Amino acid sequence: MTPQPLVAVVGNPNAGKSALFNALTGARQKVGNYPGVTVERHVGRAALPSGAPVELIDLPGAYGLDPSSPDEAVTRDVLLGRQAGERLPDAILIVLDASNLDNHLRFALQLIALGRPTVVALNMIDLARRDGLELDAARLEAELGVPVVETVAVRRRGTDELLRRLEAELGHSRAVHGEDLPPPDLLHLQKKAREVAQAAILKETPVRRLTHGLDTVLLHPFAGPLILAAVLFVMFQAVFAWSTLPADWIEAGIVGVGNAVGDVLPPGWLRSLVVDGVFGGVGAVLVFLPQILILFLFILILEATGYLVRAAFLMDRLMHSAGLSGRAFIPLLSSFACAVPGIMATRTIDDPKDRLTTILVAPLMTCSARLPVYTLVVAAFIPNRSVGPGIGLQGLVMFGLYLGGIAGALLASYALRRTVVKGRGGAFMMELPKYQLPRLTDLALGLYQRALIFLKRAGTIILGTTILLWALASFPQAAPGQKQSEASIAGQIGRAIHVVVAPIGFNEDISLALLPAMAAREVAVSAIATVYAIDATDEQALTSLEDRLASRWSLATALAFLAWFVFAPQCISTIAVTRRETNSWKWTGFMVGYLFVLAYLAAGATYWTAVAFGLG
Amino acid sequence: MTAAQPSHAFVVPLDSLGLGKRARIASIDWAVLDEPEACRLRQFGFDEGVAIEALHLGPFGRDPLAVRVGRMTVAIRRAHARAIHVIPIAA
Repeated sequence: MTPQPLVAVVGNPNAGKSALFNALTGARQKVGNYPGVTVERHVGRAALPSGAPVELIDLPGAYGLDPSSPDEAVTRDVLLGRQAGERLPDAILIVLDASNLDNHLRFALQLIALGRPTVVALNMIDLARRDGLELDAARLEAELGVPVVETVAVRRRGTDELLRRLEAELGHSRAVHGEDLPPPDLLHLQKKAREVAQAAILKETPVRRLTHGLDTVLLHPFAGPLILAAVLFVMFQAVFAWSTLPADWIEAGIVGVGNAVGDVLPPGWLRSLVVDGVFGGVGAVLVFLPQILILFLFILILEATGYLVRAAFLMDRLMHSAGLSGRAFIPLLSSFACAVPGIMATRTIDDPKDRLTTILVAPLMTCSARLPVYTLVVAAFIPNRSVGPGIGLQGLVMFGLYLGGIAGALLASYALRRTVVKGRGGAFMMELPKYQLPRLTDLALGLYQRALIFLKRAGTIILGTTILLWALASFPQAAPGQKQSEASIAGQIGRAIHVVVAPIGFNEDISLALLPAMAAREVAVSAIATVYAIDATDEQALTSLEDRLASRWSLATALAFLAWFVFAPQCISTIAVTRRETNSWKWTGFMVGYLFVLAYLAAGATYWTAVAFGLG
Repeated sequence: MTAAQPSHAFVVPLDSLGLGKRARIASIDWAVLDEPEACRLRQFGFDEGVAIEALHLGPFGRDPLAVRVGRMTVAIRRAHARAIHVIPIAA
């Protein structure tokens, strides 16, 4: 049986390639504005007009066949049939940004020279019109010698015509001369590209470009950084303010269902497992779903509008003095959601040393898994009062914890750059794409995927470790007069850890939570919840975890615990992805080691200072 | 080159082109750039004769620069902009 024809979707970054891929395949995939949002292999299927299926592969955006990043190397290798595990594409679908023809045509000319069946999508034709450009697609088709179709991928326009022309092209094969590619004369190609572009442009009315107008404000030397700070501040306030109500509903729901289930189960270990382990532990984490979704919503919007790249522009100089590049801003900001995609996004950083440094400090960004820990402790120990219009003290402390992570990352990178990752930094060269309104369905899709990932984690890793911890904390049974959390296996492990962390003010509850929290940071919350639920008498069960914390921990201990979580690398997934992306156990081990040392020192310094001020 | 060339034409490095000013690239000192950097600049469309406009400056140390090259807006650091020599076009 002959396999389905394979069509490679190729184009410059910001040509709307992923959006077109989505429109053609209906694939569940994120659409963003940042160059290099497509880093993994994305394959989808579409039906040609005849009904025959075709397989499409969405290749990473590239500026040419001469790669300067690992992403671009993948694009070249797939197109030349050199990529292991990928067959040579039968046809190429080139995606061009209609308002940036001079530049995008150069890569297109290179691709057409490969001699494969090719169709060109003249994409974002609506934005080109907005900028006062009138294009002649027929003329472009004549100049290039391959079919050209006007499309607006985000509005699903032109896709039928595209598939029709693609099917026609797949019918006749052109001469293939992929292997002996002549070395590209970029400057010559660029001249040719400009000539073709000039020929295809019918009329150009100078208009005040929306993007330029917005940039005048958003990149303003004074207003720009203030707006960025305000955006980030609003984002973190919103994470707390908007989440209270839905979080309360979820909590009430879990307590209600947990108690109802507990009532029908006979007293004994099964009831304890279900009520204390499952509802007590997993429920404590589920409450944070609204906060995590709000944070992701902000990051998705910033990315899709094109603002994230501007943030990189504003921050480049500061990041440069810390030994990073502005390019690192996007992976680091993504790490606020989760360090795993953040570390994967470092693939768009060209310079290997810039990239390694970014990976090593990415876990210091306050990821969403820390939110449950921070929120719980902040809610239990920081009074909920206002310190100014619209500014709550709790929100302010949270903001401080985020700043602590950022400052830690900058200092760590500064130190790393002068010791173990010596060398001059790479360049900062990056395209500033046009501003765009994000599509609501794309945002909803992105959020849905995040929610699913979080719930899956809650249902697997967190449920699993919670049940394991419940077992460790429940057996052996305590003798009369003895506390269960002290008699159990978990209690004994906790005591061993406690020896190490007692000097920095951690009590046995915390010591007990540190080991399971290696699976994921939020497990610390469910672990503490589970232990307290097991220890509690019946009437105390499923009462507020915050109240119990407040009565058992000193403020100094609570603050030390927060400081610990700013730095500690407590996440197996992050460690695994670091190993994969650095391809080195040495660097992975180094990262885990230095972060634990920092965590210990920070928690210790916090505890001793707080005790000195009489908060112990 | 031709008589149409304005007589007051002078060449300045791109990093001293005033904001909002348009220019044409006269020459690029490829030798002072690393190969990957030079390659990226070519890919962005930097070339002799190309129209260029200084748009924005970074807030800290007036670095990096945002410039329009052809129809594209790109950000580059001041250190690289210094290697690009431009002829301002009188407004």
